[in-house]
Amino acid sequence: MQRLTATLDFQSQALVLRAERQRLLASNIANADTPGYQARELDFANALRTATGTQQQLGGALSTTHEGHVATSAGFGTATGLDEDGNLIYARHSQDAVDRNTVDLDRERASFADNSVKYEATLRFINGSVRSMLDAMKSPSQG
Amino acid sequence: MSMFKIFDVSGSAVSAQTQRLNVVASNLANVDTIEGPDGKPYKGRQVMFQTVLMGEQTSAGVRVSDVVESTDKARMMYAPQHAKANAEGYVEGSNVSAVEEMVNMISASRSYQNNVEVMNTAKSLLLKTLQMGQS
Repeated sequence: MQRLTATLDFQSQALVLRAERQRLLASNIANADTPGYQARELDFANALRTATGTQQQLGGALSTTHEGHVATSAGFGTATGLDEDGNLIYARHSQDAVDRNTVDLDRERASFADNSVKYEATLRFINGSVRSMLDAMKSPSQG
Repeated sequence: MSMFKIFDVSGSAVSAQTQRLNVVASNLANVDTIEGPDGKPYKGRQVMFQTVLMGEQTSAGVRVSDVVESTDKARMMYAPQHAKANAEGYVEGSNVSAVEEMVNMISASRSYQNNVEVMNTAKSLLLKTLQMGQS
């Protein structure tokens, strides 16, 4: 039974994370005009690894590969003052605004479109695996 | 389903932008008003946006925390014949800059459109989620 649903479990985790990222991007777009708002971003790959249990510790893979890099003793989560879900990081901002808002609306919109497409793709993967599972369960006489 | 929160978030933003647009409309309408209900010239108003967390860390909506009066200097118009003219013949007008308000209006309307688009996308994704496993 575990084997049957393993793919589905993975895809559903991915779908939940996509939905979460979509919500996060919507929040950023909603706060594009709020003074002092700091844009947030979800490290999708890391979050998915954590959610599916294929990585020991979030941010554990952070390493310095250049002398200019700042070494982090802890993962992203503690570095940004986030403890409970650790996956939220602050988006890098491209331009400084006088009101200290760090939302880059163009990038947020691009990410939003990108995330919608990937959400839909995940949905199709799920539909596909459900269909092939149902096909496998059919008896030969059913055609 | 956590995506439903998008409607709360974007909805709050749309309503905040509407309020901003409302204030812009008031300012533009009163650009030439030299006497308000209190007998003083009209002062431009500005909305203050504030982030409001909606349950989780990932959903941050917007609300209008305050509407403040602009502290810009009022325009002085030379009209010695005017009933409201002071000793030097100047009439104090409003402190609204029509150009700034037009820019503000465009910015508010663009933000409004962005948030509506976000809601439309979320809606179509949710509708597709409803059909999961059916096709």
